[in-house]
Amino acid sequence: MQKERQHPAFYALLFALIFMSVGPIFLMFVNSFKLDVDIIGGTTGLLFLPTISNYETALCDILWYEPDHLDFCSLKFGGAFINSLIIALISTLLTLIIGCMAAYALVRFRFMGRDSASLTTLMVRMVPPAVLLVPVFGLWNNEFCIGKETWVGSFIRDTLGGRGDVCLAGTHSGIILIYIAMNLPFVIWILQSFIVQVPRSLEEAAKVDGAGPFQVFFQIVVPLIQPGLAAAAIFTFRIAWNEYLLASALSDRNTKTVPILIVNNMSEFNVEWGVIMATGMLLAIPPIIFTLFASRQIITGMTAGAVKG
Amino acid sequence: MKAHFLNRVTPYAFLAPAGVIMVIALLYPLGYMIYGSFRDWDPSQNISETEFVGIKNYITLFFDPAFHESLSVTLIFAGSVVIAEMAIGVGLALLLDRNLRGMSILRTLFILPMMIAPVVVGLMWRYMYHPTVGTFNRTLKSMGLQGVDWLGQNALLSVIIADIWQWTPFIFILALAALQSLPRSALEAARIDGATPWQQIWYIKLPLMMPVLVVTGLLRLIDAFKVLEVILVMTEGGPGLSTEIVALRISRTATEFRELGTAAAMSNYLLILLLILTLAMLAFTRIQEARTARLARQVQEES
Repeated sequence: MQKERQHPAFYALLFALIFMSVGPIFLMFVNSFKLDVDIIGGTTGLLFLPTISNYETALCDILWYEPDHLDFCSLKFGGAFINSLIIALISTLLTLIIGCMAAYALVRFRFMGRDSASLTTLMVRMVPPAVLLVPVFGLWNNEFCIGKETWVGSFIRDTLGGRGDVCLAGTHSGIILIYIAMNLPFVIWILQSFIVQVPRSLEEAAKVDGAGPFQVFFQIVVPLIQPGLAAAAIFTFRIAWNEYLLASALSDRNTKTVPILIVNNMSEFNVEWGVIMATGMLLAIPPIIFTLFASRQIITGMTAGAVKG
Repeated sequence: MKAHFLNRVTPYAFLAPAGVIMVIALLYPLGYMIYGSFRDWDPSQNISETEFVGIKNYITLFFDPAFHESLSVTLIFAGSVVIAEMAIGVGLALLLDRNLRGMSILRTLFILPMMIAPVVVGLMWRYMYHPTVGTFNRTLKSMGLQGVDWLGQNALLSVIIADIWQWTPFIFILALAALQSLPRSALEAARIDGATPWQQIWYIKLPLMMPVLVVTGLLRLIDAFKVLEVILVMTEGGPGLSTEIVALRISRTATEFRELGTAAAMSNYLLILLLILTLAMLAFTRIQEARTARLARQVQEES
């Protein structure tokens, strides 16, 4: 396609839109390198001495040296960052595997209960995290527990320590479980539209060659829907990485994720803007990297998700 | 015989892990919540120790002015956000649907706000809205104008602006995709017949995009009821109850007031509302599909 010459006003509009959407993020980026004095004092613009002390304060518990300006490491950001990483990565991986298999079954097989399964998936997509808060809090704390008197329970208490019954709440797996469940409907929905496009003849040929259904699935279908998997992975990771509400209800001192840390620090009376912007920036970096490298997949996933109602 | 049995079991084997997880962690909790909404339930209690109170929780909420307040805040928020985003997003898509250099950069950078954590979005806007330190008031003052009390008197408006910033790109990108997949022949014919650009937009582009736009709008509306973290970080629902949307009220009722039964009943109200919206969306797509199928059949019969 040849590029026609367009009116310069369109380029001005384009520039203004880019400025508006990136401006706030850039502002946070710049401020995360400023001392609080500079942020509050009003040296607007780019005339300031950049410092990484905010990042040092945030990451003090996993740094190999002790920053000079700190006498006590109060913000356990590093630990939370690692928790976030574990939870987001494991839940993304499991959601993809499980969701991909379910989507394949819904697209390729006719069986009893198929329609109701597919309708249920569609319906639970709209359940907001806030609605899950109450039941998940109750279940994870009271019902999904192993009594400490039982064999497994006493074994876990003996090896890991702690008191009371062994419950899902407060563990990484508790948070991972609810994230998988929350993301599954969406992943199944998106992957269905990709699996439909896989030519049936390929699968038939593999079956004739003697491959079982699982072999066909993992060796023929999965490699062919990689773009769809990439899109689904990004969306799942984004939710698991960014989620606050359920994580805050289910985590304890040792399994806090980054969003919880940020909210807790924001609600204090005296907000340390520099440090909080540095933590915000660290939380924002992985999604930003994904966006810059895989924007095409994200857009495909978004349009596939909305247009294929 | 064995092969036949295997064939029948295979789909269930593929579906089983997803089914098990969704039953344990979604459907069972939802049932548990409905059960709990009929009980007087304190976070320290096990649910079997709680007392059955019938629909008392629902009735209390029905006459609770604070719940009315947060319901109306939610409806105002979701309604105005969706209308504004649809208008701006579709408008921009119509305006920018041409060969412009740099469109792909715009699309890439435009998705950034959606991908970043809501908590971080709230943090950025809270800083920019800050009465003395914030970017907006500082700019206003440097121009010699009065500062605005963003998160005080105009809290709801400020929250709406932040959401528009974050989610307009979603509408824009979907509308642009819909525009670019329109049949070229219809547009070509209109142009040859001498339709003005306005007529083309009004009589051809918008009607043809309508199915996608309706689904997009409904999806966005459903999502607008889920917004929580941005508002929590920016205003914590305040000042007063002016930005306390239902999702936020649920979480406060459960954690601060420690009334799980009431919170469960509130969740149920929200769920029913979203259920209606989702059913509307499904019905709309079904009708649309049936209509295109009928049209295709007609065309086939005529030829």
